[in-house]
Amino acid sequence: MTYKFDFTAVLAQWPLFLQGAGLTLKLSVAATLVGLVIGTLCAIGRGSHNPIMTRACAVYVEAIRNTPLLVQIFLVYFGLASVGLKVPAFVAAVLAMVINIGAYTAEIMRAGIESIHKSQIEAAECLALSRPQIYLHVILRPAMERVYPALTSQFVLLMLATSITSQISAEELTAIANRVQSDTFRSFETYVVVAMFYLFLSLLMRGAFWAAGLVLFPRRRKLGTPL
Amino acid sequence: MTIIQLENVHKSFGALKVLDGVSFSVNKGEVFAIIGRSGSGKSTALRCIDRLERIDQGKIQVAGHEVSDPNLDPRQLRRDVGIVFQSYNLFPHLTVAENIALAPRHSKGKTRAEARDLTDRVLAQVGLSDKANNYPEQLSGGQQQRVAIARSLAMEPQVMLFDEVTSALDPQLTAEVLKVMADLAAGGMTMVLVTHEMAFARNVATTTLFMHHGRVWEQGGPEMFDRPQTAELHQFLGFGL
Amino acid sequence: MSFGFNSNHLMFLLQGAGWTLVLSLMAFVGGGLVGFLVALCRVSPNRTLRYFSIAYVQLIQGTPLLILMFLTYFGLSILGLTLPAIVAAGLSMTVYVSAYIGEIWRGCIQAVPRTQWEAAECLALSRVQRMRLVVLPQALRIATPPTVGFMVQIVKNTSLASVVGFVELARAGQVVNNSIFEPLIVYMLTAGLYFLLCFPLSWWSRQLEHRLLVTQRIEVSAI
Repeated sequence: MTYKFDFTAVLAQWPLFLQGAGLTLKLSVAATLVGLVIGTLCAIGRGSHNPIMTRACAVYVEAIRNTPLLVQIFLVYFGLASVGLKVPAFVAAVLAMVINIGAYTAEIMRAGIESIHKSQIEAAECLALSRPQIYLHVILRPAMERVYPALTSQFVLLMLATSITSQISAEELTAIANRVQSDTFRSFETYVVVAMFYLFLSLLMRGAFWAAGLVLFPRRRKLGTPL
Repeated sequence: MTIIQLENVHKSFGALKVLDGVSFSVNKGEVFAIIGRSGSGKSTALRCIDRLERIDQGKIQVAGHEVSDPNLDPRQLRRDVGIVFQSYNLFPHLTVAENIALAPRHSKGKTRAEARDLTDRVLAQVGLSDKANNYPEQLSGGQQQRVAIARSLAMEPQVMLFDEVTSALDPQLTAEVLKVMADLAAGGMTMVLVTHEMAFARNVATTTLFMHHGRVWEQGGPEMFDRPQTAELHQFLGFGL
Repeated sequence: MSFGFNSNHLMFLLQGAGWTLVLSLMAFVGGGLVGFLVALCRVSPNRTLRYFSIAYVQLIQGTPLLILMFLTYFGLSILGLTLPAIVAAGLSMTVYVSAYIGEIWRGCIQAVPRTQWEAAECLALSRVQRMRLVVLPQALRIATPPTVGFMVQIVKNTSLASVVGFVELARAGQVVNNSIFEPLIVYMLTAGLYFLLCFPLSWWSRQLEHRLLVTQRIEVSAI
């Protein structure tokens, strides 16, 4: 093999990589927070008595889960531009990711909500709590605690999937990688370095979620048992 | 003063007739026990009182609320009626104190300080003041049931309903729960309890109702246990053995 | 608005969909074979095999598929090979699928109750026999719903092969859009075609799950 590996040229670009990683994190955090809200609302809507509401949520979830993120990103970015709404790539990226992660989160939260036994809700109703109060205090927190590992995995996958937004030139880590490899002609080394960055970001995100879990679920922190 | 009134109540689950013209009334301060075989309709009757089931026919009035009215807001009713279930149904993700304070704070609008005082008071009443910061899974069945009673008491209800609350407990834990209930009764709380604990019904209840096949079969004071009037009650109490 | 989309474009999209199916099949078969080995290594009593497979899975699952595609594509050219894009795409998808499906199948093997292992051991069966005759057949039943569910992920992920130049459905959509500039129509149709490919698999997976009444849902979904 005549190819000589040379990482130094690539590693010298570390400020650029850091910048890209920063944007990847920004994208991920924004999409995670908004996606969680939308997903939870959709999961609640899925169990509503209104048939239009249940139908609408089901259609949304199925449409997103059966189409690739790449096509969804194109639809948002180029589709909006074609009707005159020219949004910056970052905004389109966040929008597409939020719509995407909302559907997956809805499925996970739905499973969590359905795992709450009917008798819990009955007890809450007999304490004269209103429907929104019951959701807030009795259903959502234990539901989230139950599905927290699945949620964590989903959001780490989201962070990895932000790489796809490089296709609409969002300046995140993969886009930076594409730039660096075309400048240094060290394609393989560039992507190895970037892969390491993503691994590190995954660990970082998992750590952040674990810490958040300690704060959100005091029972879990004190007793260490699953709900 | 009548605080609960059932008039000619009918209820079916599909083809199964569970309540077949049930009528009885409970006075303020009374301890009203309902006994009978499984399937006699006693739990259903109790659940209908707190609007957990809707009746097909008849009238139910509880603490001034028209329960049989389809337009009734159940939350209004449940601020005045407390119910304790066989499976306690405590909220596992909240501590004992949080379980108790939840409803007074959010459905009765009490301040944090008021809720805390209330919590301390009812916990003392059921003898579990030292468990305020524990989670339900750290408590025994009997302790959990006492917390459940405290949680309902914290709503300061006019009536307390008990749905076979000791059926899932072993004899030792049963005793501690029954003691709490006896103390409540002595304190003048209006109580309606569906129970298998014959000794408790006989010693503590002012009136006992025997239900059979969805109907009120026999009703009376403690003497009912010594001198059953009907053959079915006679058999139920085991005199036939 | 000029309606430039015609039947030729539709044919092109359909052709792309065909290649999507080909690549998906390649990924499933290749990834399945390697993934099966990964799953076996994960439950092996040999510690080295176990740690190696854990490291493999963690590495692949912590890397975006897009990066894997680039690594394979440029890695192959370093080795001096100039192969069609489908090879790079197929290879990277095989690696990607093997890690995820390996984990899914590992979960299914471990979901077979311990008592079954013990019963087989008490019948003096060797480890290989135990696996082949008792555990794997039962694991297969448990594995069917999540595997069918994962096939949906495979089909969707083939869209990334477009980035290394392979003309599957997503790339076909890009090409058509670049010529007539009707992104809403083109990409809605593209999405619709993916939906037609994926939804039956999703539906089938749910059916299998209900029939199996598996209480332990093993779910990994890659975006």
